[in-house]
Amino acid sequence: MSPAGVNTALAADAFLPEPYRVVAARSEIHDVATLDLVPIAGAVPAYLPGQFNMLYVFGVGEVAISISGDATNRSRIVHTVRNVGAVSGAIAALESGAVLGLRGPYGTAWPVAEAEGKDVVIVAGGLGLAPLRPAIYHVLANRGRYGRIVILYGAREPGDILFRHEVESWRQRLDVSIEVTVDHADPSWHGHVGVVPRLIGRASFDPAETVAMVCGPEVMMRFSATALADAGVAPADIHLSMERNMKCAIGLCGHCQWGPDFVCKDGPVMRYDRIGKRLTLREI
Amino acid sequence: MENLERILLEHPFFAGFGKDFGAVVTGCARNHKFDAGQYLFHEGDAANEFYLIRHGRVALEILPPGQRPVVIDTVPEGEIVGASWLVPPYRWNFDARAMELTRAIGIDAACLRGKCEADPKLGYEMMKRFLPILVQRLQAARLQLMDVYGKRAS
Repeated sequence: MSPAGVNTALAADAFLPEPYRVVAARSEIHDVATLDLVPIAGAVPAYLPGQFNMLYVFGVGEVAISISGDATNRSRIVHTVRNVGAVSGAIAALESGAVLGLRGPYGTAWPVAEAEGKDVVIVAGGLGLAPLRPAIYHVLANRGRYGRIVILYGAREPGDILFRHEVESWRQRLDVSIEVTVDHADPSWHGHVGVVPRLIGRASFDPAETVAMVCGPEVMMRFSATALADAGVAPADIHLSMERNMKCAIGLCGHCQWGPDFVCKDGPVMRYDRIGKRLTLREI
Repeated sequence: MENLERILLEHPFFAGFGKDFGAVVTGCARNHKFDAGQYLFHEGDAANEFYLIRHGRVALEILPPGQRPVVIDTVPEGEIVGASWLVPPYRWNFDARAMELTRAIGIDAACLRGKCEADPKLGYEMMKRFLPILVQRLQAARLQLMDVYGKRAS
């Protein structure tokens, strides 16, 4: 199914949110919560790893949030939200039973099908692990279709590691290589300290046969993409999930315009060979 | 000594290093074993050696006054610890602690500096190996300094 195919299933009025109920709310780390949502009427729409929804808190506002759950689980849709403003703060504070509006899914997806037969390198920073988690679920559920799977994750400090129990369970697998690093730690931390791009040069994969998926703060993605390219991964095989101020989510309003692209419909997942030069432009 | 030279030349830091140079550098080298928690060196000590990590991992720490040490970097096997031996006054600027049982080759700094002074080709080879590492670590430190991962926990 193509992302465009998914979008055609939207309601007749593209700006009309569907009501969803929060059926589970979990606090992840100090300012991040995960919500499980089910539609009050109808079924959970099909979506692809990497896509996002517009979540609407009545009377507060609407914001774009990536889907962080398993795309094969059609019983609910999962979002992980960091409290960074009025709307995201209101979403992160919702409790089980609350109702919010949802439009979507929107945007481009991680190239999980294109990566079949190749090594997969997933580089996540901070909350960037949330939009990548559906792709991780996919490659782990279809492990035999991929070569080496390398997951590199960076956070500020040990207490900021997102989905910690899940990361630890992935780490116990013998067929996946996972390295976690933090920017700062005290001596009680026994893992890596240093920025996540430094893990790339130490990882074992075949750069000529690798598809890389990167998500995190834009500066971290820029440095990670450079490190991947320096390691020999073709820029066309490096995919970044971009973030801009999305309003309509369907390429009409122009709020998320970034050079020739609208991040809402041409992204969020974009190829490094197409956007690399733009990442360092100050004017856009 | 022959065995030490082989081990030294197998370390990624010396990949592609000429065998003649290998023999010269091995003359300044010795094996080390550090238990978990043991310090390789402390801030302010004379930087008499640098270390090629063969096995294990080393934490680089700074001790803020009255606080717990802050780990600023970790160095895994295959990488090196220490650049202060290159720059006068040859003093360490941080502590280095073995996070687990760590085996390393220590290169005597005064010995190697003397050999580099005597043979600029060897000195240039060493510089070509150290400089990319220093630049890479400087860039990583800058990124670390930017503190890119959103707001802090209160």
